[in-house]
Amino acid sequence: MELILEGICEALRLLLKGDSEVFAVTWLSIKISGMATLLSLVIGISIGTILALADFRGKRLMVALVNTGMGLPPVVVGLFVTIFLWRSGPFGHFELLYTPAAMIIAQGIIATPIVTGISLAAIQSLPANLRLQIMALGASRTQMIILLVREARLPLLAAVMAGFGGVISEVGASIMVGGNIKGQTRVLTTATVMETGKGNFDTAIALSVILLLLIFLINLILTMIQQKRRAR
Amino acid sequence: MTAHMLEARGLSMQRGGVDVLKNVTLTVKENDVLALIGSNGAGKTSLMLALACLMPVNKGELLVSGEKISDKRTELAYRRRLAMVFQEPLLLSGTVTANVATGLDLRSTPQREQQERVDEALELFGISGLSRRSAHTLSSGEARRVSLARAFAMRPEIIFLDEPFTSLDLPLRETLFNQLSRLLTSEGITAIIATHDCREVLQLCNRMAVMNKGRLLGVGTPEEVLASPPDDFSAAFARHADISTTMLRGEPAA
Repeated sequence: MELILEGICEALRLLLKGDSEVFAVTWLSIKISGMATLLSLVIGISIGTILALADFRGKRLMVALVNTGMGLPPVVVGLFVTIFLWRSGPFGHFELLYTPAAMIIAQGIIATPIVTGISLAAIQSLPANLRLQIMALGASRTQMIILLVREARLPLLAAVMAGFGGVISEVGASIMVGGNIKGQTRVLTTATVMETGKGNFDTAIALSVILLLLIFLINLILTMIQQKRRAR
Repeated sequence: MTAHMLEARGLSMQRGGVDVLKNVTLTVKENDVLALIGSNGAGKTSLMLALACLMPVNKGELLVSGEKISDKRTELAYRRRLAMVFQEPLLLSGTVTANVATGLDLRSTPQREQQERVDEALELFGISGLSRRSAHTLSSGEARRVSLARAFAMRPEIIFLDEPFTSLDLPLRETLFNQLSRLLTSEGITAIIATHDCREVLQLCNRMAVMNKGRLLGVGTPEEVLASPPDDFSAAFARHADISTTMLRGEPAA
């Protein structure tokens, strides 16, 4: 019990005095996961919208695959990204393994199905005739898609939050492809694993508190969005 | 001979393995106001969607002012000459003004002209007072008026109306009916109206078409069609219309 209390005190001290290493790790986490989320948004919203609007054989299978992907185990993603980026692997000559870029790729792969699935559901939840009505207003195909995405923007914002929340708290893939190199690929989750392993519970707790705060912030925004929707 | 406004040749459409349109051939002249009647599921909405190029057909072709709609470009150009009002208002998020301006916005109409036309359309349907309201806070009657204003703000050459007045209370129905009737005449807009209402057919339309199970059973003036109705549905419609006209002529309504 004393261990925890001491840990929390030390953690608060680290946080309040603005420990430069803790700050650097936090900032890197936000940067890497932010980039990965951005990447997943571009790909996920596009695929989600196309899947929602298109009508083709095997659409159900595709939707089932996307939904499966929403629960993709990060360790599996980490394994395959490592294999592909390995020195003798297909993309080995890019020398990306153990760099932030590798982490962005791995986290992007984890977040993309989440964003795709939520985008798909968001577009599908719009009234069926809305697309026809927009076309009847004289929209080109591109204009129609822009208007539809705009109509679904609140649930799409939820996709952003879910994607970001998913990757910033992920550890398996990050440690495998990033390697937890100090100042380069050390993020909140991988640093927590390491500090815990070394028995430095105070630092580990400080890092965890920051991670919890970040996730709390995300959920606060999400809840506000959902409440706003309900109020309409 | 001038070309017809719309000419549909052998339109067939399948949706989910069901034939919703079967070999429909139909011409619509400029300034025609054509009523589409038929039971629910007869294919009225499908025909309108096909004629408005909103839903692809499996077979057949569509000519607009004598020109065939053959690619995306001619299709978009045609869709920018028409308007369609669905059974549901289908408003977008944003204010009433933004909704009514949507069609103009998509055509890159200059801002000043947009404002003028939006004001005019709101005025026409008596909803100027709602202009700043959020579209999702409107009552169903108000939303319906916004959707009509949105359609007419585009100054369409041809308008498709899918049961435009159903589920509206009687006074509002009356107001909108009179307004629509005036607009179609004064602006010379070609119109295709799916309806179950005899009075709408008799007072608004110069032609009517009867549909059943995706087929077009007959087209003509309301008098011609109702004199020899092609199926049970239109026969029932004719009996009802007969009563309505008798009432309209015999005892002029106040």
